[in-house]
Amino acid sequence: MTRVLVNGEARELDQPVPAAALRALGLDPGRAGVALALNGTVLPRGQWHTAELHDGDEVEILTAVQGG
Amino acid sequence: MSATEQATARGDAFVIAGVTLRSRLIMGSGGAASLDALEQALRASGADLATVAMRRVDPAARGSVLDVLERAGCRVLPNTAGCHTARDAVLTARLAREALGTDWVKLEVIGDDRTLLPDPVELLDAAEQLVDDGFTVLAYTNDDPVLAKRLERVGCAAVMPLGSPIGSGAGIRNPYNLRIIVEAAEVPIVLDAGIGTASDAALAMELGCDGVLLASAVTRARDPARMALAMRHAVEAGRLAGGAGRIPKRLYAEASSPFEGMAEYPGAP
Repeated sequence: MTRVLVNGEARELDQPVPAAALRALGLDPGRAGVALALNGTVLPRGQWHTAELHDGDEVEILTAVQGG
Repeated sequence: MSATEQATARGDAFVIAGVTLRSRLIMGSGGAASLDALEQALRASGADLATVAMRRVDPAARGSVLDVLERAGCRVLPNTAGCHTARDAVLTARLAREALGTDWVKLEVIGDDRTLLPDPVELLDAAEQLVDDGFTVLAYTNDDPVLAKRLERVGCAAVMPLGSPIGSGAGIRNPYNLRIIVEAAEVPIVLDAGIGTASDAALAMELGCDGVLLASAVTRARDPARMALAMRHAVEAGRLAGGAGRIPKRLYAEASSPFEGMAEYPGAP
């Protein structure tokens, strides 16, 4: 298990990859319109299945909402 | 054909970064009571560009603002609302580009939570970084002619001075500064923030702005779709009036009926 923060909440991931963080929120990693930052840097979608997560990493998953 | 389409046909096109927009009204999507209400307002506005904000994904959310924009025929313009530093604004813009596949961004860096006025130092820094990174930057800014020029010089595609604070509905507090900004500008100037009602939008256009961006004035109106239609007409009317050469303001009357040929009536004093 990898312990990370996903959108500010502690999560235990079954696999140490960003796609698992999306699945932990009940989201399909193939879903359009979302972006992911790992420790304050954008992680391109192409790396969501390959980038390695470590304990304590901070993942932010964003999408568009009404605003502005 | 709408007045804007006629205007486009006669060479008065609204172009930002090489893209011709059909409407000089840009809509913000914030503040609507529901996605349905937003869609009706967007359709009535005739806008073909609308802003969205970037926030943590809510797995329980139903419906998507992106679907609404698509159905209403609007291109998406992500903003960096809520960011207080250049660092956060740049990261938010990059996430928006990744999520939405657009390199357009409405850059917003807030310096004060009560007024939501922009932080000029962080704003200019963020604008420069984003332009260098290939973004098409539409910068929300104070009504400061010097800052507007600095934003233009670092490569912003449009400069968007406020009329008054975001959501205040206080209209255009400094029309003189706005005129100075417009006269000096070599990129489109879009009045962004503070519009309360249609006459504010018309005034912005009469002052020479190339477009108007508004949200709350429509989305928080009692009848958003009706106000959206009013804004559409106001922007078109203001553009036409601004280009039509208004008469000067005078202290005394200037008769429009001739004095020659007046009848002389008996019994007059």
